[in-house]
Order: sequence, then structure tokens, then C-alpha cells
Amino acid sequence: MRLSAVDLACHRGGRDVFAGLSFAVASGEVLTVTGRNGAGKSSLLRTIVGLVRLAQGKLSLEGGDPELTIAEQAHYLGHQDALKPSLTVAENLRFWAGFLGTQAADIHPALTAVGLDELADLPAAYLSAGQRRRLSIARLVAVKRPIWLLDEPTSTLDASAQDRLAGLMRTHLTDGGLILAATHGTIGLESARELRLGRMDS
Amino acid sequence: MTALTAILIRDMRIAVRVGGGALIGVLFFLVVVTLIPFAVGPNLPLLKQIGPAILWLAALLASLLALDRLFAADHEDGSLDLILTGRAPLEFVVATKGLAHWLTTGLPLVIAAPLIGLLLNLDAPAEITLVLTLLVGTPALTFIGLIGAAIAVTLRRGGLLLAVIVLPLTVPVLIFGVAAANTVGPVPFGTPFTILCALTLASLVVGPFAAAAALRQEME
Repeated sequence: MRLSAVDLACHRGGRDVFAGLSFAVASGEVLTVTGRNGAGKSSLLRTIVGLVRLAQGKLSLEGGDPELTIAEQAHYLGHQDALKPSLTVAENLRFWAGFLGTQAADIHPALTAVGLDELADLPAAYLSAGQRRRLSIARLVAVKRPIWLLDEPTSTLDASAQDRLAGLMRTHLTDGGLILAATHGTIGLESARELRLGRMDS
Repeated sequence: MTALTAILIRDMRIAVRVGGGALIGVLFFLVVVTLIPFAVGPNLPLLKQIGPAILWLAALLASLLALDRLFAADHEDGSLDLILTGRAPLEFVVATKGLAHWLTTGLPLVIAAPLIGLLLNLDAPAEITLVLTLLVGTPALTFIGLIGAAIAVTLRRGGLLLAVIVLPLTVPVLIFGVAAANTVGPVPFGTPFTILCALTLASLVVGPFAAAAALRQEME
């Protein structure tokens, strides 16, 4: 599987966020997207899932399911955790597993993978920022999708949770997945290639 | 199908939990209707005459109460991004959310209406026609409201705009709902009731499509 972008451009609010951007990521590869604030890291990920309209260029996926769009084969982990405070940890995850997946999945392995299995019956309102992030990451484990688009995945995570996430990402890559991660620091994977976005000043 | 079932179960759970809109709607309905006899005075024939109209107005306002959070809450916590890019068609997701909203706020109003109708001196035949019209008409209020909820999704004080957008659109439903519910007036039950059914069926189709289009437009 290979996700490639040719000459992408993105305009938001009458401003060029980025233009002439080309890259390719294949199965088993990680591409970290770096750049200063406002360089368009989040916009790039949102463009790939179709939340921001592509102003120019072409996005293509080789070797995926031709019946599905790129977004439908990708997990998008945005800044926000997409959790409902009044639902429990297990209910939140079960909802996303049901909504994103095609069949009812067992969510407990995913909760164990992010270390939240003991808090399964706690309302999400009581979770800390890092725990919310981990619960959000759990849906990537619960529903298998080949493309992971991660926006600042390590923010709010402590050292051990970052290691755990790195472990999950390694497993995902070994299984033939690919990862695009917007980040300011490192995401804990040695094999990561870097795509640096420069601020376009006209 | 799992996606839509998941949405239905989640939205109904949220509505009945702490901070959800289910109870607020019914309580508001009860309070507004209870206030009317105090304002109008103990004029039983008058109460009986205006009763169906009062109940319909209160139901209309009550069903708008929790509607502004329907998409705004999902927008604020990032759920809407995942819903928009999901495999389930957005129109069906919107319709499912509307169904969950009606089951938790509209249906309780229908159930509470005969009890509260006693306060307005409604007799048994009037109660039955009232419940029938509310049962048929409140889904139209919810599904028309979906459009306003979708338009106001990115606004912080969306509730006010929602009311301004939605209330004029509900005028036909109100007219034919009250006309059918009024057993005292000159109009027979059948004609307005049939038109009310037609309005509901039309809103069940138009509402989700218009709301989904508005959501796609807003999220650009």
C-alpha cells in the first residue's frame, strides 16, 4: 500500500497554507510532518481525510480497497479526543468501535493496550488529559485500518504512555500499516522520515 | 448498520444521563402548561378552548430546547470530524440522531400530554385527538429542527439563532396540528390530520438531507 501526494496546495481563509507539496508513504513507513505553528501540519492531515478541501494537486492510494475513500481506510486522531464526558470509558470506545468498524469488536484488548482496562466503567469526565488521549488512541487499536493520521499524538502523554504508543505504532507498521504524524518533537520511532513544512510568505 | 445503531444508542444514553436534554424538555413542557391556568384564570370553557393550542405551543418550544446541542456538542469535542469522514452516509447519520432526539425528548412530551391536559380541562375525546396529533406532529418539529441545528453548529450561542431559523418553518405544522387537535372548532379532524401526516413525512425526508448539506458546508 502506498499513499502518495503530488503538488498539494491548501488555501484557508484566503491564505495559502502550503503549496507544491509532494510526498509518498508506503506500507511500513512513518512520515513525521514538522514545521512551526501555522505551517499547515494539521491542515495537511485534515486535507487527506477530506475535512479541508484540496485546492490543487492529487492524493492517491495504491493497493487499498478501491471501493473506499482514503478517509474510510484511515484513522484520524485530531487535537480533540472525540469523547463524551457522560459516557464511561468502555461506552465511549464501544461507540467508536461500532461506528468506525464493520462488525461488533471486543474492546477490551484495545483498552488493555492503552492501559485503561481498570477504568473501563469510569465516566470519561473523570479522566485526565493524558488518559483521554489514550482512550482516543484505543479506537485505532480496536478498529483495524491501514492508514494512521496522527495530529500531535504524544502531546499530554507521559513517558511511559509515549513508549506504549511507540510500541503500538511499531506493531501497526509491522502489520503493513503506514503512519503520518504531525509533531513538534519526536514520536519515538527511529525509522521516521521527516517532511518539513515551511511557512509560505508571499 | 452497526454505525447507525451505535449512534442511536450513544445519543439516547447521553440524553438520559446527567446534563442530557431528555428530562429538561418534559419539565419545561410541564412548567409552561401549568403556568397557563394561573395566567388565564379559572375560566374552564376558555381553558378547554385554548388547551390544544397551548399544549402544542409548549411542545414546540420544549422540543427546540435541547436541539442546539445536537450537532454543536459533537462539533466541539471533535466527534463530528470522524462522523463526517465515516463510512455511514451523513444523511442517515443525521436522521438517526434526529430519531434518537425524538425518542428522548419528543416521545416523553406525547406521554406527558394527557396528564397535563387535565389541568386545561380537556375531556377524554380531546385528550385522545391531542395525543394523536402530537405523536404524528412532534417528529416533524424535530426533523425541521435538525436543519437549524446543523446551520447553527459552529456558533457559540447557536440556540438563539436556532429558534429564529426553526420557528417560522414550523408554522404549517403548528397550524394543522392545532386544527386537528381542536375538537371544539368548525374544522373536522380528518383533513388537517392528513395534512399534518404529510408534513411530517415530508420533513422526515427533507430534514436529514438539508441538515447534512448544511453540515458539509459549515465544516469547510
